[in-house]
Amino acid sequence: MPKITYIEHSGKEHVIEAPNGQTVMEAAVKHAVPGIDADCGGACACATCHVYVDPQWLDKTGEASSMEQSMLDFANDVEDNSRLSCQIKISDALDGLVVRLPKSQH
Amino acid sequence: MSTGEIKRVIIVGAGQAGGETAQRLRQGGFAGDITMIGEEPCAPYQRPPLSKAYLKGDLSMERLLLRPSSVYAEEKVSFLSPLRAVWIDRANRKVRVEGGRELPYDALVLATGARPRKLPLVGADLEGVHLFRTAADVDRIRERFKPDAKLVVVGAGFIGLEVAAVARQCGLSVTVIETAVRPLARVTSPEVAGFFLDEHTRQGVRFVLGGQPAVIKGQERVTGVALADGMEIEADLVIAGIGVTPETTLAQQCGLSVEDGIITDARCRTSDPAIFAIGDCARRPMTHYDGRVCRLESVHNAVEGAKIAAAAILEQQQPVEAPWFWSDQYDLKLQIAGLFQGYDHVVFRGVMADRAFAAFYYMGDRLIAVDAVNRPGEYLGAKMLIQTGRTVAPDVIEDMSRPMKEIVAQAR
Ligand SMILES: Cc1cc2nc3c(=O)[nH]c(=O)nc-3n(C[C@H](O)[C@H](O)[C@H](O)COP(=O)(O)OP(=O)(O)OC[C@H]3O[C@@H](n4cnc5c(N)ncnc54)[C@H](O)[C@@H]3O)c2cc1C
Ligand code: FES
Repeated sequence: MPKITYIEHSGKEHVIEAPNGQTVMEAAVKHAVPGIDADCGGACACATCHVYVDPQWLDKTGEASSMEQSMLDFANDVEDNSRLSCQIKISDALDGLVVRLPKSQH
Repeated sequence: MSTGEIKRVIIVGAGQAGGETAQRLRQGGFAGDITMIGEEPCAPYQRPPLSKAYLKGDLSMERLLLRPSSVYAEEKVSFLSPLRAVWIDRANRKVRVEGGRELPYDALVLATGARPRKLPLVGADLEGVHLFRTAADVDRIRERFKPDAKLVVVGAGFIGLEVAAVARQCGLSVTVIETAVRPLARVTSPEVAGFFLDEHTRQGVRFVLGGQPAVIKGQERVTGVALADGMEIEADLVIAGIGVTPETTLAQQCGLSVEDGIITDARCRTSDPAIFAIGDCARRPMTHYDGRVCRLESVHNAVEGAKIAAAAILEQQQPVEAPWFWSDQYDLKLQIAGLFQGYDHVVFRGVMADRAFAAFYYMGDRLIAVDAVNRPGEYLGAKMLIQTGRTVAPDVIEDMSRPMKEIVAQAR
């Protein structure tokens, strides 16, 4: 199973193995990684699953859809590598992915 | 009541609100006993996908769960399921469960949700007639949810219309019967309702508006629905989406204030300070709406109630978010911020023909709600405005040459 590393704002790391097809948000929530609220459960409706994708992985995670981009425009502390983690599907190509979490989701 | 005194928390109801409460308590540092009692035979799960991806067959039960079943033991939450709580003894602070066992509490959280209304008609118990609330309901429906089956949906609220959309996508023939003269009458404006009516009609859904279902026909299995005016519609499957009744049996039994929901204060405390009520079963004053007392049925409200009650038990502060909701139908994502009830005018940003527009609802000068269809920026922007008590003049909202982000930044 692909391994994903989540780095909390404090620097604390969580390495999680997650099956293909799950989203980066779901894997975090199921393993109780603090800092991803995901209130809407992945419906692209809450913008509380914001992460920063490690620049080395941006090619592989692809681009945000226009729907996602419009949501991100209103998230806190948005950067070029910001994504909504519920919109990133885990696959073998993402084995080793590193994402960082923002200071707050609200 | 100080934190020192609360050593045992009992949560009754293991749905979205109950499950989140257990999680928020542990995340917030609560070290005492947590017992969660749920009558459904599974760990807390999300209901929204039931009328969307789960009905379509695109989502497994495992992915529906809020968190894996194993988490509760890991976090030392004693999760009793399937088990029903049947009695509350407030004087001695005990909850009795089926079988007679009594469990003591220092703080009790009622998160009992709501029950779907059954069709008040002859034939409502026939095979093939279904309510739509639980994963078990949907599992039963899916056995007959096959291409070319004839589906009649009674009630054109969000659940009814989402079911209709999935059914069309799966090739069923669909008729929606609604007693009101328009769909979504309780939840949005005539304009936005009209947009969804047109969309469903274009997708091949037949509507009987202002229709009064009189009898569900059939011997053992349903074969059709007869209306009061004599019309008859064939059906292999009937789904009722005619609203819910808050589950307040326990609250009433133990004498809490109840009036279409368990009445609480802004911190989700009921008329007994040791008992909280949250989610679909409760009614509380709305921070952004002058303390108007509302009972909401939404994920946001369930999650927020959990956060507020957990914070109150932990004696922490919890900021309150403006209400929000969403509904997915076909390729349309409707996102709602705020509460539109009581609006006196509505202003549109964008046009419906583009299938991407937002309706801004005003009460006088004040922006109170937005319905955004495929316009997430307008939704989040308006939510921020409502959250911070700001408004924007209608002519500014209508001006599509100004980006929403800029409008929000300049609003006061
Ligand atoms: C089909 C469907 C689609 C929806 N779609 C959306 C959507 O798109 N967006 C949105 O924001 N909201 C949506 N909602 C609403 C949202 O899911 C609910 O508001 C939310 O689930 C309410 O959570 P709750 O915990 O208060 O109630 P519930 O999730 O109903 O949980 C209550 C639980 O308590 C149990 N219970 C009751 N009494 C007892 C007892 N005495 N002992 C033990 N257990 C008991 C019940 O069996 C139930 O499991 C939808 C709801 C449905 C049904
Ligand atoms: S979980 Fe809500 S937008 Fe990603």
